Amino acid sequence: MRVQRWTRTSKLFTAGTLVAALVLAGVPLVFESDVVQKLTTLLILVLLAVMWNALAGYGGLLSVGQQAFIGIGAYGTVFFAAQGVSPYVAMLLATLLAGAISVPISLFALRLRAAQFAIGMWVIAEVISILVRLDQNLGAGTGISLIQLNQYEPNFRQAYTFWLALAFTVIFLAALFFLLRSPLGASLQAIRDDEDAARSLGVRVAARKRLLFVLAGFGCGAAGVLVVANTLFIEPSSVFSVQWSAYMIFMVLVGGLGTFEGPILGAILLFAIQTTFTQGGPWYLVGLGATAALFALALPRGLWGTIEERLGLRLLPVGYRVVEARRDETAA
Amino acid sequence: MTVANAVLQGVFLGAFYAVLACGLSIMFGVMRIINLAHGDVAVLGAYIVYVIVERTGVPAFVAFAVALPVMVLLGYVLQLTVLERSLKSGILTPLLATFGLSIVIQNLLQLVFSPDVRSLGGSAGSVTTASWQVTSGLSVSALGLLVLVVAVLLFAALQLFLSKTRAGWIMRATAEDADAAELAGIDSRSVYARATAIAVGIAALGGLFLGIRSVFDPVSGPTQLIFAFEAVVIGGMGSLWGTLLGGIALGVAQTVGAQIHPQFAVMAGHLLFLAVLIVRFGGGRLVLRTA
Amino acid sequence: MTLLQVEALDCRYGLLQAVRGVSFDIAQGETLALIGANGAGKTTLLRAIAGAHRPATGRVWFAGADITHMPAHRRVELGIALVSEGRRLFPSLTVEENLRVASARRRGRWNVDTVLDVFPLLKPRRHMPAATLSGGEQQAVAIGRALMSNPRLLLLDEVSLGLAPVVVDAVYRSLGDVIGEGATVLLVEQDLTRALQVAGRVVCMLEGRVVLQGEAASLDRDRVVSAYFGLRRPA
Repeated sequence: MRVQRWTRTSKLFTAGTLVAALVLAGVPLVFESDVVQKLTTLLILVLLAVMWNALAGYGGLLSVGQQAFIGIGAYGTVFFAAQGVSPYVAMLLATLLAGAISVPISLFALRLRAAQFAIGMWVIAEVISILVRLDQNLGAGTGISLIQLNQYEPNFRQAYTFWLALAFTVIFLAALFFLLRSPLGASLQAIRDDEDAARSLGVRVAARKRLLFVLAGFGCGAAGVLVVANTLFIEPSSVFSVQWSAYMIFMVLVGGLGTFEGPILGAILLFAIQTTFTQGGPWYLVGLGATAALFALALPRGLWGTIEERLGLRLLPVGYRVVEARRDETAA
Repeated sequence: MTVANAVLQGVFLGAFYAVLACGLSIMFGVMRIINLAHGDVAVLGAYIVYVIVERTGVPAFVAFAVALPVMVLLGYVLQLTVLERSLKSGILTPLLATFGLSIVIQNLLQLVFSPDVRSLGGSAGSVTTASWQVTSGLSVSALGLLVLVVAVLLFAALQLFLSKTRAGWIMRATAEDADAAELAGIDSRSVYARATAIAVGIAALGGLFLGIRSVFDPVSGPTQLIFAFEAVVIGGMGSLWGTLLGGIALGVAQTVGAQIHPQFAVMAGHLLFLAVLIVRFGGGRLVLRTA
Repeated sequence: MTLLQVEALDCRYGLLQAVRGVSFDIAQGETLALIGANGAGKTTLLRAIAGAHRPATGRVWFAGADITHMPAHRRVELGIALVSEGRRLFPSLTVEENLRVASARRRGRWNVDTVLDVFPLLKPRRHMPAATLSGGEQQAVAIGRALMSNPRLLLLDEVSLGLAPVVVDAVYRSLGDVIGEGATVLLVEQDLTRALQVAGRVVCMLEGRVVLQGEAASLDRDRVVSAYFGLRRPA
């Protein structure tokens, strides 16, 4: 019986995603290029939120350094394009590069826990950022343009970039969905709930976490590729900025840590906030930080998690219900 | 600059990092949490000193004496309002909550003080400029020496507090087993609040030194946090004397790294930190060791 | 006079219910033994009385006051002290420091010197870290630490667990002194014979419920044994 239900949900997911993707794919045919550019930004946010949630929500890995992979994706694109490869091929190569680099990093980073992992990843991002700053060919500290994209007519370029963003988002969402629906998914949640217990039950914790880490490496690398394709110019201080982590944390916490749909909701919310307060500025960031902290303390399951709880609503059941592991209750 | 001089300057720089790291180490030792807003708290301390100096014209050290009780109180309140809550719900929550807090502090400072760069160097008197030439290649600055002496005194005082006073034993007891401490009649909430108050007070001292040594702006915090955390990890997490040595090791790595290439200074510190993490991989020691 | 009253107490760990509707009381000066097989809910019950476990429902009264929602450290101030299973000393603190962190505001005969008088084996260990002590010595420190708060009610959780019989004898001899002083004691003990020897009254738990209680002297040993293992439930 269970298998039946799973299969149906999987089919529903596949069908729903394909329909949504097809509808979205028509966007560049209908709208002006500035709208297309904005929607590309939204897709980048969705991708980042989903990848960060894969790490923290399902792997219990709180990274403050995913900007390392964003930077590798962005600078990798510029690097490969400068070698004479077609810019879109360069983008695929850069995504692969980010994913490939995440493997050796995982060998070391996954031995760390909690704060050590969080700040360890941050330092890794800083190290890569410094390496880029030391390289004159990559524009050092002042930044560099992806001039090779100028050979395309702006409207077409924007459409191609949007379609690439759409493809990346669908691919990574589907990868995470089927990963969570597989038998692996249950063991991942067991790890999240109690790593030591899961390990003692024979779950290969390190291998499972590595899978999520590398997936997030690929995904954030893809997001970095899209950033440079969408803005055409990057500099180390922005592409390697810890601000990316702040955005990811906001989107996932507000949307719902450890829920599949939550981060997408969070990304749409952040996008709406960003387009409303176009000035940005400190007040807007004060609001983001305070909201994230408030959700972490008072509403740890986020908006989507709370909606699910209250209404018993599950659009895409990916696994078992999970309860945050509590510290010793006597700490009260 | 000779290598010997680079090492000496590294020790002075490292003493500053040790002061920054001290509060982080205390909070980790007692509560097993890392406050990701620790660097921003230090910068906030620097701004409070700056405001007092601007308004009254007193020297920075006098202004710090006024700012200290404010910061200590702030730490106490921070524990009871934010951190206390976060402790109860899993190991990720304190990190998430303090990361949010860090963004809030940075941007509030930005709103109040503008993004301009400030310094306390001008209001700290002759200590910022005085120095002695020991040999042709070796010079000792009064400020470097002052920071080193203060750092050593600070760690010694904490060591004495933890090993000789009942309040110190209570703090260690709570750090080792909070549940058993409660059952022995110890109010763990109040112990945690005291630990955070001390940590924030010491962070303010770090902020004072930051402002006197160089410059700061509203977004200086994260860098200070990274250096402080690196010092804590290099020194072996939760060990107080280790944190002092870790800070000094980090400082020396940075100044010696700068000898190779000016842009390699920070990188050398990062690499030392990552190397220590690789060697000691994960599962940091959770007991507040005092020796 | 009733010192402690437990009323319809339920304790849960998530979905697992460890204590189910337990009610009993202890009079001032009484020694009561809580017996039962492993997993009967004895430790949880003791921890709930001491304030280390928050009960799901039910009430705990101490000296006429409702303490159900009082944190553990405040209960120590009122005069409830628990010697936890497994001793739970502070390993890096010395014997004396372990004792002195626990000295609360309550006045009474217990201080570092009087505790060391009752447990003379600790005297040469006074300035050694607790981590370096033997099991028996650690147990003595754990009991001494509880005494330091001059409790009106002493809760003892399996003080003989993991100790050599000779050491257990010594521990109980020292406890005899304490009990002789008129303290009220609630002890959990696996060893039935010893429990029946020391206690005036016995409460037997099975799967979270009280299945038998009565005066130690009046209870037939076979009845206790069958209640202990749940062989047949007394009406």
